[in-house]
Order: sequence, then structure tokens, then C-alpha cells
Amino acid sequence: MVEDRPLTSILTHFVLILGVIAIALPIWITFVAATHDELRMNQVPLPLWPGTHLLDNLTQTLFGAGLSGSQGAPVWLMLLNSLAMAMMISFGKIAISLLSAFAIVYFRFPFRMTCFWMIFITLMLPVEVRILPTFEVVANLGMLNSYWGLSIPLIASATATFMFRQVFLTVPDEMLESARIDGAGPMRFFFDILLPLSRTNIAALFVILFIFGWTQSFWPLLITTDTSMTTIVMSIKQMLEAAEQSPQWNIIMTTALLARIPPIFVVISMQKLFVQGLTETDK
Amino acid sequence: MAEIKLTDLTKSYGSTEVLHHVEGDINDGEFIVIVGPSGCGKSTLLRMVAGLETVTSGEIRIGDRRVNELEPSARDIAMVFQNYALYPHMSVRENMAYGLKIRKLSKAEINKRVEEAAEILEIGQYLDRKPRQLSGGQRQRVAMGRAIVRDPQVFLFDEPLSNLDAKLRVQMRLEIRKLQQRLGVTSIYVTHDQVEAMTLGDRLMVLNGGYVEQFGTPIELYDRPASVFVAGFLGSPAMNFIPAIVEADGVGFARRHKTGRRTGASG
Amino acid sequence: MVSFYTRHSLHAALMGHHMLKRVHFPSSPLPYMLVAPQLAITLVFFIWPASQAMYQSLLIEDAFGLGSEFVWFENFEVLWQDQHYLDAFLRTAVFSVLVAALSMGTALILAGFAQRVVKGAMFYRTLLIWPYAVAPVLAGALWVFMFNPTLGIFPYFLEFVGVDWNHYLNGNQAMALVIMAAAWKQVAYNFLFYLAAMQSIPNSVIEAAAIDGAGPGRRFVTIILPLISPTTFFLLVINMVYAFFETFGIIHAVTQGGPGSATTILVYKVFNDGFVGLDLGGSAAQSVILMVLVVAMTVVQFRYVERKVEY
Ligand SMILES: Nc1ncnc2c1ncn2[C@@H]1O[C@H](COP(=O)(O)OP(=O)(O)O)[C@@H](O)[C@H]1O
Ligand SMILES: [Mg+2]
Repeated sequence: MVEDRPLTSILTHFVLILGVIAIALPIWITFVAATHDELRMNQVPLPLWPGTHLLDNLTQTLFGAGLSGSQGAPVWLMLLNSLAMAMMISFGKIAISLLSAFAIVYFRFPFRMTCFWMIFITLMLPVEVRILPTFEVVANLGMLNSYWGLSIPLIASATATFMFRQVFLTVPDEMLESARIDGAGPMRFFFDILLPLSRTNIAALFVILFIFGWTQSFWPLLITTDTSMTTIVMSIKQMLEAAEQSPQWNIIMTTALLARIPPIFVVISMQKLFVQGLTETDK
Repeated sequence: MAEIKLTDLTKSYGSTEVLHHVEGDINDGEFIVIVGPSGCGKSTLLRMVAGLETVTSGEIRIGDRRVNELEPSARDIAMVFQNYALYPHMSVRENMAYGLKIRKLSKAEINKRVEEAAEILEIGQYLDRKPRQLSGGQRQRVAMGRAIVRDPQVFLFDEPLSNLDAKLRVQMRLEIRKLQQRLGVTSIYVTHDQVEAMTLGDRLMVLNGGYVEQFGTPIELYDRPASVFVAGFLGSPAMNFIPAIVEADGVGFARRHKTGRRTGASG
Repeated sequence: MVSFYTRHSLHAALMGHHMLKRVHFPSSPLPYMLVAPQLAITLVFFIWPASQAMYQSLLIEDAFGLGSEFVWFENFEVLWQDQHYLDAFLRTAVFSVLVAALSMGTALILAGFAQRVVKGAMFYRTLLIWPYAVAPVLAGALWVFMFNPTLGIFPYFLEFVGVDWNHYLNGNQAMALVIMAAAWKQVAYNFLFYLAAMQSIPNSVIEAAAIDGAGPGRRFVTIILPLISPTTFFLLVINMVYAFFETFGIIHAVTQGGPGSATTILVYKVFNDGFVGLDLGGSAAQSVILMVLVVAMTVVQFRYVERKVEY
């Protein structure tokens, strides 16, 4: 910075640390809740410092009975369901967006612009505004309570398609000409040249989409009734309801901890890709 | 090895015609330079021969085949681009081998050809580098190497030296010429630089506004330009023009130069 | 929502620019096969349901769901006269503005300070971006827990200052809670964009202002703020869209729209009336109105791009 007076510098760090504390507080408090036993978690005031029961809580949550009195699926299964859903959504979105961007950029064909506008329209139709009829479609296709139902309706993406379109437009034309002279057909060009050239964009998008997929709760809540299809994120909602009868906050918050570890891990460990992905897709 | 025959070639983009009735026979092993000002249609013509642009009307023959309808890869040509168009994610070796791999040559054969080309071009020690780890001159050589390994009937060059600095350009120009003579492959070379054209080509095709102004050896073009354009475009320093009127009793100067400067011939 | 690339693509499309490579592959059925998956999903799960919603919004089903009657815009007229719906509209506006203001304001201040610590900026960034990775429902759960009237840590402290916290009974407190939870989750996003915008201001501009005698605070207000105003506008639209639609999970977890309907915003009402109340026509009419709102927001954003693209 321009000037570096100690006082301003101290103030700057002070405000930032305050901000970090404010932002991290909810995460901290719920982490602390996951480290105490049930008894302690029913005494006011609740603890602000970690206890010693994290491992107990983890084993009970992951492999034990979980929340007492609940008929839910074991938490490890919910984690697997979440992982499956997040992966299917990310890979699905990336795959179909890559393919349609490739078609739109590298081919000239009748109804090309119609396709463009149809893809664009998806932006204007968030799932929240067409809940009921979309639910009906999924039900009629027999996709309730399945991984397909969880992921496929969410994988159309104008944002991702337009991002790849832009990436492809920056690939020099000579790359294609050169490949054509080398005898590469369209799909060969796509796999040998275009995919490797877009791999950081793909990785960045993957980070964002993984989080998008993992954090879905509304859609899974609607279309899964079978407890074996429960995802970890939607189970939190069910546990909150159960908490009104038996407030086992240590277990609920341990589940919450497990539910947020994977996406937070992804964000922190792939921060550069995350920021790139976020600014490229704004989603 | 092959001769190339261009017959009444025309190219239009929509309703604008950018090449008009181009004719030209290129002999086997000849080095032809297409030269002309920027935007005159040189690249378009070259890319039509390569199969990267469709032919609006007319015919292109390479060897004894009509190639109008053939895919670029089926025309047995190789091309060197102005920006080299190397695949950035592949090593030099992979760049050169890519086309051969698609043509399903054996591993041994591919390796042999790549090593040979690398030796000719003195890029043997860079084979495992990525293009971004090379200098401009080295990239240019790799682009040439990629053309050589294919062992094509025709080389096509589109301003391959214009991204190099002046000194390197002169050096590479000589090397390209020597290489072409050594391999004896029919070549078409596009440039807007008339010095490059005059020093490289067996014959020059001068293009202007989509028309072939003249097609001949450098000496013919220099001594007997077919048009004012050719006369003005070639030669360094440029030829001087004196407006004159042909009259029944001989040639007379029409008027003195506007600024009153000396108007006598000097170049 | 509408990203840079989307806006860029849209702009090119509307302006009729070539959105295609100069060279392209020869025509074949291949491109149709390539776009088929995307188009199929779009048709089946987006366009068809949306047109169903539009159609249903013109119908009234009888009480037993046996038959339905085409009533033109009666459902919309009913909504227009429904005080609950109008209240929900107003509530959504207040909710969105407050969420946007709170999260953008916090993010702006934090980014303003973070960009001053050149070396530490990335360190603080790492500590500030996690909430983005927390699912809305989960964010709701965290805040419900902290504000649990009997056990929560905040009500415990609030009691000392004489505040009796119970968001299960007090509508304003419930509203405050969902606003805080929603804003908290969005701070990370806004912070990242503000920080990037500020870091892209050339240092020389700041230095010139310093030489002119402007102190840090003054520079922030007179130089930095105006220069990042495009980002502010962009974030404003993004945050409004977020508050309108993506906060569903938070509300569902924290208050279920209650107490009464104190936190029932429009998206929640569509869901509630459709799934719980089984009022198909009314719910569909609400969906259509929401679609119009999304389109409007997209258009606003697009207008802004057009202005921006000029320089
Ligand atoms: N894809 C295209 N669409 C329309 N016009 C084109 C296209 N490609 C080239 N042209 C036009 O054709 C003419 C010749 O271009 P080109 O062959 O690239 O010239 P140069 O001699 O500089 O290589 C130019 O006027 C150019 O604007
Ligand atoms: Mg050219």
C-alpha cells in the first residue's frame, strides 16, 4: 500500500480479524458442539471451547445408531449418496456442456441459433419457479428415489455451456486447421486437442459444480422418500425436525460437520481453481 | 512429388468475390511464391489448395487427382502456419508424430521419421520440450518438422517467417530454400514481402485484389512487368514512374512532378 | 445466474455477431448428436414443466382434483386481491434488500481492508471464503442452533441485555435470523468479487491520489468506490436473485416460513401452496410471476452489460 503507518496497519488487521471471527463463529460454535456429549449439550450456557467427545460422536454418528429414535439411513450411506449425487451432477454438467459448446462453436448447422436460445432459456427457469410440474415429470418418468432423478434434471447448464463456448473461441483457428491436415476428425480433435486445452477450465468448473451438487437440498428433499436415498445435507433438515422432540445437538452438529467437510476441503485445497471457477461462471 | 494445376479458380464469401479466375500450372518440385499486398487473397488461395476453404468454382488438381472435394488430410499436403499452430499441450515429438499416429503408422516408423526430421532441422535436443519452452525460431523449426515428417507431395507455407526478427528471417529463408531443394517437394509459399519472394521463388505469382497480375520467374517480372502494379510492387528500391503520354510523334512528358523535384529515372 | 460468459454470448447473439469459428467442420448429423443431451434435458425438465406451469396457471381444479376449468387469468386476479400474496411480495422485497445490503456491506468493508494488506490478503481470503461451501440448509441449521431459544448461545447473552429471544414466536426475530443466515452465506461470494475488483485497480491511480493528499479513507470513498461500481451493480443483481430464489433452503430449515407467515417469501409460498396446500392453479400462477421476475432481472443485467461493453 501507499503509506504504511503502524496505526493504520494495526487497525486494518484488527478489522479483518474481527471479520474473520464473525464469519467463522457459526462454524466454530457448531464444531464445538460436535466435541461434547449429549449431557453437556443440554446445559446452559453451551460451551464455546472444544470438549473431548469428538471421536465418540463421530463413531456414533457414522456407524452407530445416529440420532436415537430416527429411522433414517446410516450417515455413511448418506455421505455416499451425497458424493454420488455431487459427482453425477458435476460430470454430467461438464460433459453435456462441453459437447454442446463444441457443436455450437465448431459446426454450422440448421437451427444452430435455435439451440443457442433453448440453452439460454434454462437460465430464466430456476428449479424453484417450476417445482411442481418438474416434480411431475420426474415422477412420470419413474425417476423418483433414484440417482438419475437426483442428478439429471439439474445438469442442463447455460452458464457452463457459454463458458466453454468462450474458451473454445480463444483456441486459434489454426489449431483446427492443423488438426484437419493431420487427419483428425471432429471427435478426435475434441478429445486430443480441445479437451486438453480446456483442462484448467474444466477443473475450475468442477470445483464449483461439486459444491453446487453437494449443497443441493431442495431437490433431493422433493424427489426422495426412500430413506436409503437420503443425502447428508437433506438429513440435516430432518434432524432439525427431530430435534424438537429430542435435542441431541451433539449428534446433529457432528452430522453437520461431516456434511460440510467435503465441500470446505475442496474450496480450501483448490482455492485457486475455486476462485477461477467462481469468477468464470458466477455460480 | 506432384504438379499442381489451378484452373479458373474463383472464391466468393457470400456475394463478394475475393479471387477472380485464377489460373496457374505448377511443375513438379517447383518452389512457387504467391506475393501481393495484404488482403489481396494470397492466404485464401493457399487455403483452397490445402482444402481449408471450399472452392466456389474452378478446379484444383494435385498430381493427377482433382482435389476440390477431398478433405485436407486426403490431399497429401503439409502446411506451415504463420503462428505455427503447434499443439501447446503436446511435446515437440508428439506434435510431429500426431498426424502420423492418426494415419496409423507403426511406432518404429513414426520414431524414425521424427528423428530424421529433427536431425535435418537440428531440433533433436528439444524433442521432449513443450512449445512454450522454445524460442520463436525453434518453434518455427518444429512447425517445419511437422510438415516434413508427413513426407507430403506438396508443402504449403503461409507467411511462415513473419513472426521472426529480421536477422533470423533471412537465415531461415535460406534454410527453407535449401531444404526444399534437398527434398524436391513442390511448394507454394505465401508472403507479402517482395524481397522474400524474389529471393525464394523459382516463379512468382503476383496477386492484386484477387487477380493474378503476373506469373513468372523473378527476372521476367523484374525486366518485363506486365502491369504498373507489378513494376511498382517489385524491386528495392522501388521503381520510379513518370507520367507520360504516347503521341503519334513519340513519347512526351505529360507534366512535371507536382513538387518540382527531379523526375529523371534513378532506380 | 447470468455470468460474464453468458452475457458475452448473449450480447454476441443479439448483435448478430459471428459466434462461430471462421473454419468449421463439414456438415453432418454429428452436431445434432452433440447438442442432443443438453437439449433433451432442457426440453423435458425445463421447457415442458415451465409451459405446464403457464398452462396450469390458467386453470382452476375442482376440490377433488377430478376436473379442471379453463379460467383465463382468474388465478392472477385472485392473487392480485390476495392480501397474503401481496404481503409476501413486500416481505420478499424487504428480505432481499436487507440480505443484499448486509452481505455486500460486510464484504465491501472486509475487502477494502484486505486489499490494503498486500501480503496477507490471500491469507484472509482463505479464512473468509468457507461459508460459500456450506449448503443453505446447513447454514440455516447452524444459525438455528446458535439462536435456539432455550439452549442457544446468543439468546443466553441477549438475555443479559434484556432481549427475550424466541424466533419461534416473534416474527421480526425470525425474519432477522433468516436475514443473518442468508447474508452470512453470501458474504464469501461478495468478498471474492470485491477483492478481485479492488486488486485490479492500477496501483498508480491510488498513488496519484495519495500524492494529491487523500488519506486511506478518502481514497476509498472517492477513488476505489466509484471505480468498482460496476462490480457493485453486478453483485446487487446477483444478490437479489440469490435472496429471491436460493434462500429457500435456509428458510425451510430455520422457520418454515413462520411464525405465521412472517418469513414466507415468494419462493417459499409457491412451494407451500403447491405441495402443502395443493392449490395447483394458484401455485402455477405464482411460478409464472416468478419467471417474469427472473426474466426482468436478466434483462436489467443485460442492459448493464451493453453499457459496459462500449468501452
Ligand atoms: N471468412 C471470410 N469471410 C469473408 N471474407 C473473408 C474471409 N476470409 C478472408 N476474407 C476476405 O478475403 C480477402 C483476402 O483475404 P486473405 O486471403 O486472408 O488475404 P491475404 O492476402 O492478406 O492473405 C480479404 O479482403 C478478406 O477480408
Ligand atoms: Mg494472409
